[in-house]
Amino acid sequence: MEAMNLLTFFVLSVFVGFEVVSKVSSTLHTPLMSGANAIHGIILVGAILVAGQAESAFLLAVALFAVLLATVNLVGGFVVTDRMLQMFAGKNKPRATTEEAAK
Amino acid sequence: MIVLTPVVTALAYLVAAVLFILALKGLSSPKTARRGNLLGALGAVIGVATVFLSNELDHIAWILGVVVVGSIVAVLASNAVQMTQMPQLVALFNGVGGGAAAVVALLELQHADTLGFLVAVAFTVFVGSVSFSGSIITFLKLQELMTTRPVTFAGQQIAMILVVIGALAGSYFVIADANYTWAVILMALGLIGGVLVVLPVGGADVPIVISLLNALTGLAVAASGLVLGNTLLLVGGTLVGASGTILTQEMAKAMGRSVSNTIFGAFRGGTSAGSTEMSDRPVRSSSAEDVAILLGYANKVIIVPGYGLAVAQAQHTISELQQTLEAKGIEVVYAMHPVAGRMPGHMNVLLAEASVPYEVLVEMDQVNPQFKNADVALVVGANDVVNPAAKTTPGSPIYGMPILNVGDAQQVVFLKRSMRPGFAGIENELLFEQNTTLLFGDAKDSLTKVLGAVKSL
Repeated sequence: MEAMNLLTFFVLSVFVGFEVVSKVSSTLHTPLMSGANAIHGIILVGAILVAGQAESAFLLAVALFAVLLATVNLVGGFVVTDRMLQMFAGKNKPRATTEEAAK
Repeated sequence: MIVLTPVVTALAYLVAAVLFILALKGLSSPKTARRGNLLGALGAVIGVATVFLSNELDHIAWILGVVVVGSIVAVLASNAVQMTQMPQLVALFNGVGGGAAAVVALLELQHADTLGFLVAVAFTVFVGSVSFSGSIITFLKLQELMTTRPVTFAGQQIAMILVVIGALAGSYFVIADANYTWAVILMALGLIGGVLVVLPVGGADVPIVISLLNALTGLAVAASGLVLGNTLLLVGGTLVGASGTILTQEMAKAMGRSVSNTIFGAFRGGTSAGSTEMSDRPVRSSSAEDVAILLGYANKVIIVPGYGLAVAQAQHTISELQQTLEAKGIEVVYAMHPVAGRMPGHMNVLLAEASVPYEVLVEMDQVNPQFKNADVALVVGANDVVNPAAKTTPGSPIYGMPILNVGDAQQVVFLKRSMRPGFAGIENELLFEQNTTLLFGDAKDSLTKVLGAVKSL
């Protein structure tokens, strides 16, 4: 039953994934890819689980390596996407910038 | 420590998964993109907090320490990087994610008992490794630490076939008797496979490959969710896998290429290899002062920014030139090709960084009819996106790619580093036209000179 549940989640997620990104303007391809890239950094959860159950120093070291890689993916992904989008936000409000300049 | 009951844990993962969906949805529209990204980050925080609160974990101090170190490294790297170098940073982040998934699956092999889980382990180990090494090569290409041209060598196809056969055999042994040695071999084959897949891809096609590897990492993460029985990993990974696949196709479409051609083109001795030969046909080359005169006495100028502009970091200079021309009462707009820059939408980010207002960035379909009324089309570091061969030469590698009709303008000015063809490696007939003027040099140097000359007109 557990396996069937997981399969159900999988299939439904495929459709949701297809659905949410269709018809995206090419302007946003780069940030969208970067954001999606950050989301798969959630493998950190898996890395933490494995590290927390490591039974030897060697396994712990390997698992902590995975934790490090996953953290870089997750945190870096969201931060760099935000940096990109910050610039878009700035140009969507040209009036605000002119007001600031006027001060 | 176990603080959360299984039901609360499941609910927390559900909330995190919904936040991921909202994040992707938000990222699909300019207005909601930033909020979408922050929602995704919130989902990630909830997911990570939940795993600590719902499992009996040892070595918590170690884990937290590594998470802190990783976060500091990631934040520093993300903030230090130039916006032009951002594609390779994304590639790098994608690679480490794939590597993490492969390692997690490898370590979980001891707990995997049923057939389905063993298959998922084999899949994650291999695909995660492909994504890791493939992304590293992509990074090296984009950072220009290695050649951006396709790398091919004799026996490449055979090597690839051997890797695939080895991977199938390795997967069999991993699945049949949960064999660790074979899992490690499978990982090594994945690493080799990733290198072999990305080496023959040319620089211009690299964005498509990043997107594809991104989708692959998503699938590897999803499979590791199966291994660990963790729904958040499953849903998050699958979302990225599915949306990444669509995104890859969209990007390829915008560039007028097919995904399979991109990946296998060079293997088949395909056309994307191109040449680096310099042409010796006569062209009309000119000085910065002449270009300044053309621009300064125009009524309407359309700027076509391209890859070369990004490489030369000249976005601030072009922005200043645009303002100077506007101050003289000249209408200036930017013609935005969907794949200008290094990735689709990359040029928009770069110009936004230089505070170019949104209104003057005109998308291809709107700007193409405007070239007829333009006095000057100023092409800065772009080549393939304005190459009429995409329309006129069916055999050309870029045939079918939508292009900007700069040839319709009264005068066309190309700022180029040399006569070397663009990334697709094909000569541009436009360069030899009567109404075309060329100004050779680094885009930033040339623009600075032109800017100075325009100011002193």
